[in-house]
Amino acid sequence: MCPFPDEVLERVLSLIDSHKDRSSVSLVCKDWYNAERWSRRHVFIGNCYSVSPEIVAARFPRIRSVTLKGKPRFSDFNLVPEDWGADVHPWLSVFATAYPFLEELRLKRMAISDESLEFLATNFQGFKSLSLLSCDGFSTDGLKAIATHCKNLTEFDIQENGIDDLGGHWLSCFPETLTSLQVLNFASLNSEVSFEALEKLISRSKSLRVLKVNRNISLDQLQKLLLHAPQLIELGTGTFMQELVSDPIKDLKNTFGNCKKLVTLSGLWDATPLYLPVIYPACVNLTFLNLSYATLRSGELANLLSHCKNLRRLWLLDTVGDKGLEAVGSSCPLLEELRVFPADPFDQEIFLGVTESGFVSVSHGCPKLRYVLYFCRQMTNAAVATIARNCPDFTHFRLCIMNPGQPDYLTKQPMDEAFGSIVKTCTKLQRLAVSGLLTDRTFEYIGKYSKNLETLSIAFAGSSDLGMEYVMGGCPKLRKLEIRDCPFGNAALLSGLTKYESMRSLWMSACNVTMNGCEVLAKERPRLNVEVMKDEDGDGSQAHKVYVYRTVAGPRRDAPPFVITL
Amino acid sequence: MSVPLEHDYIGLSDASSLERSSESSNISSDSETNNVLNLKATELRLGLPGFAKNSEENATKFAHVKNFMSGAKRGFSDVNLDGSGKWALNGGSEADLGKASSVLFSPRSGINGGLEKNQVQQSISPPNIEEKKKEHVTGNGALPSAKAQVVGWPPIRSFRKNTMATNLSKGGGDAAAEGSSGGGGCLYVKVSMDGAPYLRKIDLKIYHNYLELSKALEKMFSCFTLGQCTSSGLRGREGICESKLKDLLHGSECVLTYEDKDGDWMLVGDVPWEMFIDSCKRLRIMKGSEAIGLAPRSMEKCKNKN
Repeated sequence: MCPFPDEVLERVLSLIDSHKDRSSVSLVCKDWYNAERWSRRHVFIGNCYSVSPEIVAARFPRIRSVTLKGKPRFSDFNLVPEDWGADVHPWLSVFATAYPFLEELRLKRMAISDESLEFLATNFQGFKSLSLLSCDGFSTDGLKAIATHCKNLTEFDIQENGIDDLGGHWLSCFPETLTSLQVLNFASLNSEVSFEALEKLISRSKSLRVLKVNRNISLDQLQKLLLHAPQLIELGTGTFMQELVSDPIKDLKNTFGNCKKLVTLSGLWDATPLYLPVIYPACVNLTFLNLSYATLRSGELANLLSHCKNLRRLWLLDTVGDKGLEAVGSSCPLLEELRVFPADPFDQEIFLGVTESGFVSVSHGCPKLRYVLYFCRQMTNAAVATIARNCPDFTHFRLCIMNPGQPDYLTKQPMDEAFGSIVKTCTKLQRLAVSGLLTDRTFEYIGKYSKNLETLSIAFAGSSDLGMEYVMGGCPKLRKLEIRDCPFGNAALLSGLTKYESMRSLWMSACNVTMNGCEVLAKERPRLNVEVMKDEDGDGSQAHKVYVYRTVAGPRRDAPPFVITL
Repeated sequence: MSVPLEHDYIGLSDASSLERSSESSNISSDSETNNVLNLKATELRLGLPGFAKNSEENATKFAHVKNFMSGAKRGFSDVNLDGSGKWALNGGSEADLGKASSVLFSPRSGINGGLEKNQVQQSISPPNIEEKKKEHVTGNGALPSAKAQVVGWPPIRSFRKNTMATNLSKGGGDAAAEGSSGGGGCLYVKVSMDGAPYLRKIDLKIYHNYLELSKALEKMFSCFTLGQCTSSGLRGREGICESKLKDLLHGSECVLTYEDKDGDWMLVGDVPWEMFIDSCKRLRIMKGSEAIGLAPRSMEKCKNKN
């Protein structure tokens, strides 16, 4: 019997934000379950097909904010055909009745049409915050609808979507009466917007915290915008290269210096040594610097980083080379996250970029490193062992040796020991992506040692079913497993029989799984959706792409013809 | 003028450039464009990038080398698309550059560039380079067998992929076959400096005005000026500061000239930039006695200095 009146309990529980905590709360007893469901304002749905909008609406009557994720992550790399699904419209239809006061919608890898955007804009009067990441199916016309109708908009965050960019007119659709904007991100939209409209919008948005413009905005224009918004906390610049008639570098420097609250800086397209120094006055406060679209070299980077002592997160292009990474190691002792992207990932004949030595340098200078994404063309077991020793706190370790199945380039051995050293040393590891030549031994290590692993990505690795069996037999906290091009077959698939219901999803493509194997899995576990994507060519017995996920909503009703749910 | 001879001094002729072009990982196909190959001819890269720690040390001895940014592609092809004038050798990394400079200025530097390459590689690089080098130099101008591209690998998101591809075609200075804007996209001309042991090549299209061009040339040829300074014992100073360098370059001793379509040698700066690009065939930095008296500007500086 619960001693607290419902109102008190609800009030207390309303202070809990973490959805994991809330899940735990809801399991305590019936009263707590109810109090929790009435007090919840935000719902996070990691797989849109794991539950139906009706079920969500029935359980949580007072939602104001929804986060929805749709397609499997490998859809980012073109492994999922178009029209696979994850359409947001069924959700919006239900929400229009259940949550007319919905304020926030955050979508990742969902399909959303212009009609849906218009529906959203016109059916939710208090709608404030839209974030679209890696979504597709819409055009800038849909954005126009949002801009036009959402009178209380605070956030407009459009990132890296498969968008049909028909022009920049959407920006001019923000009404003159809109003054509440706090977040405006159109960095990944390519069309030019009206600078006049943008400048006016910025100058009347006194609460603007985050501004990320696209590449078409010049330095001169950026200067003007920053004069209107010195209160910015996050800034994404436009292009950092232009021919200047006069020399406003001093002005630009002053302007950046005036942005005292700036902690995040990105954009910096085409940054050159000529203009890069204008950001120096702002660097001392930066905690996140995203240079992953700036083709800097080591010298420029070193100069820049000497001003950035407080950096926690740094994203780079591999044009900075190992030497640039040495500068990272020596300038950024507080660094927690490093991502190094390849400037030219598809030119296989090139031997530029970073190597194991750059990574090692960083690990020496940045012992607090916990998140790394590293694209390289060569690596050694010894180097990774050193890195693990230097940075035992890794929570996210994503190493991509770009040539599939490449061994330790010095010893010619598989890279098993590298990942072995990571999982043995870094006990807090939550996310791991492996690459290079790997035998089943790697997975033996992973299964045995990684007690906290939640997400595992495997490609072109393993020798036999054993590899996957090791993982399914260990890794108690595994939630997401994505595998491509590995020699894992039905035995491997079925070794996870008892595990899949505790996981969010499993993806296997170009492995050795057959339809039979999938059918067995589906039969044994009716609460899983076992979806197979048909391959155009090839015989019908091979299961080319398999996507398995737990669900309370049953098989999905919107599956396209090429998706078979077993 | 000794320029053509000096061009051969370190063994980089057009013939050997073809071999070297196969090393360059930048050409995705047999580049027909002479521009690309000729650029290769002047390339100082002697080996594969990324492995030369020792050469990096050598490089630091010559601080100016840092300015010789390697031609990392934005995506990347031959020339740095940096419009501010920081252009570079193509195809190599800074490490290569370091190697190159160490070859040029170290007592070991020989005339046979090919031989030097082997020496440098053996002393610096890990064993793997040999293998890779073989892989590289398979036939003149021909690329090593291209591996089939795998769908969705490496795992890069579309936005980034497309952006990098755009970088390739942007800027107009790109000479690579893939994604380039075609022959009209670049304009390579030779740049010679009197007294320098080798020529350089630059893409005029990546500059927008004379200022950028002169800044770029300054940086590119500052090493030779530096050498001159120390060798002539100019006040015996340790590090010569940038302003002095500028003076030297812009001063009474240097004049920038170009050869136009008619074969005449003209003073740079008289005509509008667009017209200049249109007619410029090669550049020459005149120094010493030939220069004095040619440019009115230089006369003034002469007077000012005295």
